[in-house]
Amino acid sequence: MSLTDEQMERYSRHILLPQVGGKGQAKLLAGRVLLVGAGGLGSPAALYLAAAGVGTIGIMDGDVVDLSNLQRQIAHTTADVGRAKVESAAAKCRAINSDVNVRLHPVRLQAGNALEILKDYDFVIDGTDNFASKFLVADACHFAGKPYSHAGILRFEGQAMTVIPGQTGCYRCLFREPPPPSAIPSCSQAGVLGVLAGIMGTIQATEALKYLLGIGDLLSNRLLVFDALKMSFRDVKFQRSPTCPICSANPTVTTLQDGEPPSCGCANGKCAVPEK
Amino acid sequence: MQIKINDTLTEIPDGLNIIGLLTQQKVKMPDMVSVQVNGVILERKAFAETLLKANDSVDFLYFMGGG
Repeated sequence: MSLTDEQMERYSRHILLPQVGGKGQAKLLAGRVLLVGAGGLGSPAALYLAAAGVGTIGIMDGDVVDLSNLQRQIAHTTADVGRAKVESAAAKCRAINSDVNVRLHPVRLQAGNALEILKDYDFVIDGTDNFASKFLVADACHFAGKPYSHAGILRFEGQAMTVIPGQTGCYRCLFREPPPPSAIPSCSQAGVLGVLAGIMGTIQATEALKYLLGIGDLLSNRLLVFDALKMSFRDVKFQRSPTCPICSANPTVTTLQDGEPPSCGCANGKCAVPEK
Repeated sequence: MQIKINDTLTEIPDGLNIIGLLTQQKVKMPDMVSVQVNGVILERKAFAETLLKANDSVDFLYFMGGG
């Protein structure tokens, strides 16, 4: 695929990079990335991937924009409250870059739809906000053989890792199974500094771009842990676990299952806020 | 004795297992942490039988479900 004059100009700062060039930009334009979740993590990832000229961006989310989302979910504006998140995010991506084919999946990821949707993408970004979904993304990517970027945020901290199924350590190597519902510090009700979503979501977009370009070292076999209060990153190396429930020689997780319904430990507007 | 916890040298009593370490370090929600010792991720059922030695390197890796 050759670039048009307009594309040469639009992507000139990419093309100047020897590791990208016109060839790399063509790879991005041919790339297909699925964002599971168009919230805190998915918003910045979607905007930067659209700006970068990733040719196909799938946006999957079954929710509508809520006023309390706007503190961190920067693809959505005040005028979007009540609008489907997939539509809101897609409109911003298209406004940034009409080269991008945005595909909408206005549904929640489930065991029944995951593999069918994942099969059309090269790389997956987990921007979900609860453990049932995070484990489902991890498991679906394992079974579909799709590389993906995990991230999670909570309060002033974030974490991220990139998993290449069959090659690198995976989410379950580290975290095994969803925490008991009684523990539940999953969702944003525990509070999160909004910028955390931007930092970690942008790291996820970076990994997607590197993967599509085939450059650099992916965030694999390590968990990157970010602490905003200390303003420090820690790179925790880990190995594929020989007892991993899904990627070891003797897995106990052999089919895709829906987890417990997402719960925030919240009732009547009051939430169990976990402490370390 | 001294061990490293998340890259920080830390003085702990001798003879602790992982459950004891989580208590001693005042980890209030031990269900929300994965533990790696010297580069090996422990299964939760191994927490009780894993005794810490001087100079061990321990990582507490927290579950983060937000997005």
